[in-house]
Amino acid sequence: MRIDAARGHAVPVAVVCLVILVLWYLAAIPMNAVVTQPKIDAAGGGLYNTLLFSWNHERPVLPAPHQVAQEIWKTVFMVAPWKVKSLVYHLWITLSSTLVGFVLGTLLGISLAIGIVHVGSLEKSLMPWIIASQTIPILAIAPMLIVVLGKTGLPDIFTKASISTYLCFFPVAIGMVKGLRSPDKLQLDLMRTYNASAAQVLWKLRFPAAMPFLFASLKVSVAIALTGAIVAELPTGAVSGIGARLLQGSYYGQTLQIWAALFVAAFAAATLVWLLGAFERMSWKRMGVKT
Amino acid sequence: MMRALITFTLLFIAAISSYFGFSLVEPLQGSYWLLSLIFVLLSWALAWAIGWVVDAVLAIMKAPIRLSNFLVPALFGLTIIIAWEYYVKGSHIPLVLLPAPTQIGAKFLSALPILGADFVQTILRAVIPGWLMGCGAGFLVALLCDRNDFLRRGLLPLGNLVAALPIVGVAPILVMWFGFDWPSKAAMVVVMTFFPMLINTLAGLNASGHMERDLMKSYGADWLTTLVKLRLPAAMPFIFNALKINSTLAMIGAIVAEFFGTPIVGMGFRMSTEVGRQGLDMVWSEILVAAIAGSTFYGLLTLSERAVTFWHPSYRK
Repeated sequence: MRIDAARGHAVPVAVVCLVILVLWYLAAIPMNAVVTQPKIDAAGGGLYNTLLFSWNHERPVLPAPHQVAQEIWKTVFMVAPWKVKSLVYHLWITLSSTLVGFVLGTLLGISLAIGIVHVGSLEKSLMPWIIASQTIPILAIAPMLIVVLGKTGLPDIFTKASISTYLCFFPVAIGMVKGLRSPDKLQLDLMRTYNASAAQVLWKLRFPAAMPFLFASLKVSVAIALTGAIVAELPTGAVSGIGARLLQGSYYGQTLQIWAALFVAAFAAATLVWLLGAFERMSWKRMGVKT
Repeated sequence: MMRALITFTLLFIAAISSYFGFSLVEPLQGSYWLLSLIFVLLSWALAWAIGWVVDAVLAIMKAPIRLSNFLVPALFGLTIIIAWEYYVKGSHIPLVLLPAPTQIGAKFLSALPILGADFVQTILRAVIPGWLMGCGAGFLVALLCDRNDFLRRGLLPLGNLVAALPIVGVAPILVMWFGFDWPSKAAMVVVMTFFPMLINTLAGLNASGHMERDLMKSYGADWLTTLVKLRLPAAMPFIFNALKINSTLAMIGAIVAEFFGTPIVGMGFRMSTEVGRQGLDMVWSEILVAAIAGSTFYGLLTLSERAVTFWHPSYRK
C-alpha cells in the first residue's frame, strides 16, 4: 500500500523535474543573449556555438544547471571546509545560529504553551500579543535589529539567533497550545481518578498527545529559522554565512556564487525538515504507533 | 464599579512609579544588556499582572466578554509603551540603541512626506501588485493541477518542498534580472506568495466531503458547476489562510529585496540607510508604517473572510 503511494508520486515528480530542467536550459539561451551574443557572432554563430557560449559563460544572467552543480562541487568538495572559500564553512556559520535560535525558540514556545494551557489569564493577556507579534514583518527589519543588538555587546551568534528565535516560537506556541489541549475529557477524567498531579497529567498525558502537533510545528519553524538566520546575515559588513555569500555575490555580479549558495541553503533546509520527519517516526515507534 | 476603578488607578500609579524608580538606576557599564533584560522581563511581568487584575475586575463586574477581550490586551500594550518610555528616558539610553515612543511619534509626524513616498514605492507598487499576481497565479495553477492528476502528483511534493526553502535568497537574482526599481520587488513578492497559495488551494479543493460530491454528481453537475457551487466555497477557509500568510510574506519579500539594490526611495532602503546614519527614530517610524499597513491588510482580509465564509463553524454564534 505504502509502496504504491510512493510509486504514485515518483514518476510525476521526476517528469516535472525533467520539464523544469529542460525549460531552464532553454531559458538560459535568450536570457544570456545580452552577454553572450557578441561572442556567438564572433565565433561564427550556428547552433553549436550558441549552446556552447550560452551554457558556459563565466558570469551568466541565468547559469545552466550543470554550471551550478560544478560550482557547488568546487566550493563544497574541492576546498577544505575551514577555508573562507568553502561553502561548508559558510553553511556551518548559518546553521549554528539557526540551530541555537531554533532550540531557544522551541523552548520558549513550549513554555509559553504550557503556561497558557495551565493559567487561564495568561491566555487572555498573552495570546493577542503572540499573534500581533507576527504581524510585524520581523524578517524585513532583521538586519536593523542585528546592528542594534550588536551594539549591546551580546555574542554574535546570539544576536543572529534571536531573529530565528523570534520566528520559531510562534508556530511552536500555537501548535503546542492546540496539542496540549487535544486530550479529551474522558482521558483527563481518567487521570483524575488516578489522582494524578498537574505535572503528571502534563508529562504522561498532555505531552504525548501533543507530539504530532509539536512535530508539525517544528518542521515549519526549522525552515523559517534557517530563513531568519540567512536574512540576519544581510547587514553590510557580514563576511561569513550563506546570507553574506548572497550579498557579496550580488555586489560583485557573481551569479554562480549566488546560485550555489541558494542551492546549498535549500538542501540544508530540506535536510533539516527530513531529519525532523525521521525523529517524528522514531517518536511514533517509541509511543507504539503502528504504521 | 467605583471600587474597581480605584483599584485599577492605584495599581497603574504603582506600576508607573516603580518603573520610574527603577529607571533612576544608571545602567551598569558592560553588563548592561543583562540589566535591560531584567527591566524588560519586569515590565512584562508587571503589565501582565495589571492585565490579570483588570480581567478579574471585569469578570466581577460581569462586563461583556468582548470588552474584556479588547481591554486586557490594550492595557497590556499601553503599559509596555509607558514602561518603554520611562526606561529609555530615565536610564539615558542613547538614541542609536533605542528611541523612546514619543521620539518615534515626533519623527513619524515630521517625516510624513518621506514615509508616504516610501509607502507608495514599497506597498502600493511592489507588495499589492505582487501579492495579487502571486496569489492569482498560485490559484490558477492549483485549478490546472486539479484538472490534471498527473500534474498534481508531480507538483504537490515539489511545492511542499519549495514552500519550506529559504526563498528570500532569490532576491539578488531577481534584482539582477528585473533591475533596481519596483518590478524586481514585485517579482520577489510573486515568487514568495505563489507556493503557499498553490498548496493551500489544492488542500482546500479536496476539503469537500464525499457525500456532497456524490450529491453534485447525482444532480448531473459538470466539473465547472461542482467547482463553483461546492468545491470553491468549501476551499475558501484554506484560500483565506493562504491570503493571510501571504500578506505577511509579501511585506517581507518586498522589503528584503530592497536590501539588494533599490532607487533612493522605499521602506527597506530607508531602514538600511537610516541605520547606517544612526537615525533609529526614522527606522522605528518605518517599522510603525509597516506594522500599521500589515495589520490593516490582515484586518481587511479577516473581515472579508468573515463575510465570505460566514457558514464556517469558527464564526457561528
